[in-house]
Amino acid sequence: MYPFAYTKPADTRAALTAGARGGRYIAGGTTLVDLMRETVERPGTLVDISDLPLRDVRATARGGLRIGALARMSDVAAHPRVRRAYPVVSQALELSASAQLRNMASIGGNIMQRTRCTYFRDVTAACNKRQRGSGCAALEGYNRAHAILGTSDACVATHPSDLAVALVALDATVHLLSADGERSLPLTEFLLRPGDTPDREHDLRPGELITAVEIPPHPQPVRSGYLKVRDRQSYEFALTSAAVVLNIAGGVIRDARVAAGGVGTVPWRLTAVERRLTGARPSDRLWTEAAAVAADGARPLRHNGFKAELLKRTVERQLRTVGGTR
Amino acid sequence: MTQQARPAAGTPLSRVDGRLKVTGRAAYAAEHDVRGVVHGVIVTSTVGRGRITGVDTRDAVAQRGVLKVISHLNAPKLPYRPFRGVPDPARGERLRIFQDDRVRFFGQPVAVVVAETLEIAQHAASLVKVAYDGERPAIDMSSPAGNPNQPENYQRGNVDQALERAHTRLAQTYRLQREHHNPMEPHATIARWDGDRLTVWDKTQIVLNTRGDLATVFGIPEESVRVISPFVGGAFGSALRAWPHVAIAALAAREVRRPVKVVLTRKQMYTGTGFRPVTEYKLTLGADQRGRLTTAVHDIRAETSAYEDYREALMVQGQMVYATPNVRQTYRSIPLDINTPTYMRGPGAATAAYAIECAMDELAYELGMDPIELRLRNEPDRDPGTGVPFSTRRLRECFRVGSRTVGWDERDPKPRSARDGNWLIGTGVAVATYHTQRAPAQALARLDADGTAIVQCGTSDMGPGTYTSMTQVAADALGLPVPRVRFQLGDSAMPPSPPHGGSMTMASVGSAVQDTCDKLRREAIRLAVQDSGSPLHGASADDVVVQNGRLQLRDDPERGETYRQLLARTNRPHLEARGGYTPGDEVERFSTHAYGAVFAQVAVDERLGLVRIRRVFGVYDAGRIINPKLAESQAIGGIVGGIGMALLEHTVTDPRDGRIVNANMADYLVPVNADVPDVNAVYLNGDDRTADPIGVKGLGEVVIVGVAPAIANAVFHATGRRVRELPITAEALL
Repeated sequence: MYPFAYTKPADTRAALTAGARGGRYIAGGTTLVDLMRETVERPGTLVDISDLPLRDVRATARGGLRIGALARMSDVAAHPRVRRAYPVVSQALELSASAQLRNMASIGGNIMQRTRCTYFRDVTAACNKRQRGSGCAALEGYNRAHAILGTSDACVATHPSDLAVALVALDATVHLLSADGERSLPLTEFLLRPGDTPDREHDLRPGELITAVEIPPHPQPVRSGYLKVRDRQSYEFALTSAAVVLNIAGGVIRDARVAAGGVGTVPWRLTAVERRLTGARPSDRLWTEAAAVAADGARPLRHNGFKAELLKRTVERQLRTVGGTR
Repeated sequence: MTQQARPAAGTPLSRVDGRLKVTGRAAYAAEHDVRGVVHGVIVTSTVGRGRITGVDTRDAVAQRGVLKVISHLNAPKLPYRPFRGVPDPARGERLRIFQDDRVRFFGQPVAVVVAETLEIAQHAASLVKVAYDGERPAIDMSSPAGNPNQPENYQRGNVDQALERAHTRLAQTYRLQREHHNPMEPHATIARWDGDRLTVWDKTQIVLNTRGDLATVFGIPEESVRVISPFVGGAFGSALRAWPHVAIAALAAREVRRPVKVVLTRKQMYTGTGFRPVTEYKLTLGADQRGRLTTAVHDIRAETSAYEDYREALMVQGQMVYATPNVRQTYRSIPLDINTPTYMRGPGAATAAYAIECAMDELAYELGMDPIELRLRNEPDRDPGTGVPFSTRRLRECFRVGSRTVGWDERDPKPRSARDGNWLIGTGVAVATYHTQRAPAQALARLDADGTAIVQCGTSDMGPGTYTSMTQVAADALGLPVPRVRFQLGDSAMPPSPPHGGSMTMASVGSAVQDTCDKLRREAIRLAVQDSGSPLHGASADDVVVQNGRLQLRDDPERGETYRQLLARTNRPHLEARGGYTPGDEVERFSTHAYGAVFAQVAVDERLGLVRIRRVFGVYDAGRIINPKLAESQAIGGIVGGIGMALLEHTVTDPRDGRIVNANMADYLVPVNADVPDVNAVYLNGDDRTADPIGVKGLGEVVIVGVAPAIANAVFHATGRRVRELPITAEALL
């Protein structure tokens, strides 16, 4: 670990000042500390934001939900309103990490967590994400866990978050704050595909702080759920996952939102699947037909080719689970 | 001979060191408080083969608090006298630290940074720049690093003829990926020199091996080295050998003239210690129409390093498990640019059982026969390899108890015959065996004037509960209640012990402890019956027993006195005895193995490629059980290890440079609680006095053997698909 300075500002203004001076924000520390130990991350100053008042989970005036960036994963998962209105969020959270980690990790940090690509996490390996232009060891290396969607020749690393998959399906936005003021943008725009610049993972300006994540209101009735496929039953990242959010009224799917995890360089919204679902009547055949296009555009690598088929089956299974068998 | 009662053995005594462990007071290797200790952090190679062309230590040395950076450029030439410890491979030479510029595998130690604090040493180690002239290493058995090693061969009967005449033939190849032990406690060594004398606190399963290794590395007498290792936080075989970091700690301590502590990082444990090797096991079986095996051909290939020829007991089962008249075995080790593999729980046996027991299951289906029935038809009356009788072999009973418990007879043998929602349900069975190893051991027992006893042997307790089980054996032999006996281990100054591995500790050390304590008890009895002041004066020693610390006549318990009274009156501060155990010719005259029948039930979601364990149940014939609670705990641990072997564990190497890609506990998967819902075991009530004086056959290994094939067979029963490679992953089932 490289030597670093540590500061714990008492209020948001002080935190932003420290952030503007180049400090790295730290909350639960469940990702950053690991990476600092591996010397992947070498921040000069850590700005501990744990004391900032960003923990609230509350309904918005429009009928959505606003989750403070410092709310703990476990608290959000157990929140009555989240459980009732957004099972997909509760499930994604509870299928993440371990109980100990969920008690520490924050929602903002969860979105910001960095890839599990083992070459990224090994400073002796080539990695464009760690050091632009150094090459990608995963492309021709061991890439079973890597992405098949949204990849580039520079990077094939998977975005590891389950929560982000659920949030992308729910069209969540991210609220940001800096000395220049507030702004917000959709999570899908906040998280960036690697392209030629895999070191740029998000649209976060220097010193900017995530203050909240907001889920907009959804047409009622809404059903949702999250399925995670992984090698072991707990404490493991997804091989594939599917977040499904459906609004079915009068026997017709009025609104469908489907996103996938474990397969994309960012949480992957499956718009082609959604198009096939919207306006159709739920049926086993529909689930199969819609899921059949889930992996369109996939670019499999040597060890992760199975993910394309597994993704389709994961989506199909979760459509049936949420939408019902007819 | 007295009929000394033995009330402690056989009871489920809780661990005598349990409180120390759960309160954090048990000192593990890195936790010993050694005055003035400084910290060594190892720098490892980042190429898999080649030469070191430069070591730039300027940035590292510039850090405040750095004492020294040692590499082959400035390390002294070390004597490295010949040494081959019991767990060391029979051929080849151990890796020598910092003695030349050659890189033999990715992750090889190339330097050590010594600093005042761990943090400084870690940071400085990351600043050492090592330049290499690297080349692509050979890490795949299909393209070895050098000439293949001499194969081991075995043959009986006429295999070719038998194959030709066989009614049913089966030939399949089974593959097992590399596995690492991953004990919770990292490997660690603290070394301190006092003049020419060296003391090390080490994580080891055999203090004498560490002592021998260090004495020969530095060319000093063994008596000058003391190794202390009272607690080991799991090892599973990884702490049998003295790995390079042990000598590195001692070298660093000598160079900086301070005690030095070296703790391997989790990542370094993947290249700094051994592993269960990748093994490819081709098995050809021939059977007659009634399902009797007529022949078996075992063609085994396993990886080893280019500098040592590691071998394990891969050939034992193929010779003795089934009555097969014609057998041929070939075992080749393939040298690669990797570090040397080593013993991992159930070494050889767990791997061989995977191949043999899966093949037997396949054969049962070929023959349309129940898999248990097929095995029973091939039960031998005598050891088919050696022709000698079995001491005990109760595999039939294991099957009987197991079948009844899991309801085997209600099983529809047809694959894909049971379903539960999205899950296909299957059950499988496999045989477990592990040869009972015994080796000479000695012990020391001392009875103090206060009526308590201390018993010592330089063995180890990596988790099975040696402290506890030896206390039980000693308490019974001394006629003392358990709380008045203290067993001590883990110090090379204590009487010698064989390696704490291969399931030989209870048989060997247990027998030595019993012998020693029997001697001590008899010595006390002799003293009493000869002492005119004793109520037992004049009695025959054979009529005296000791109960609860009181020597008394067996047939007239009123007549007697306590140890305390005896020692006080005879004015002795203590009584002491030394004893031991040396296996005799029973090792040759009898075939002695522990046995088990393992049943697994799995659920497979074949659409999603998921295999989930529903139940594993093992029935074991392991001789006498000294402590049922510890034995059950061992079985649960072994079975969980077997589940890992079957479904999860796989050390992945990048062929381009030999890098271990998943050298951490997030990417190297072992089962978590959710993966092991219903794991149970029973031991047949037994006592094998032919095996050894205390009647045990060893159980730490046999409980992992057979688990993986039982699971693989259950996956077949569930799905109709044979996956012949471990671990069974999602992609293999899609």
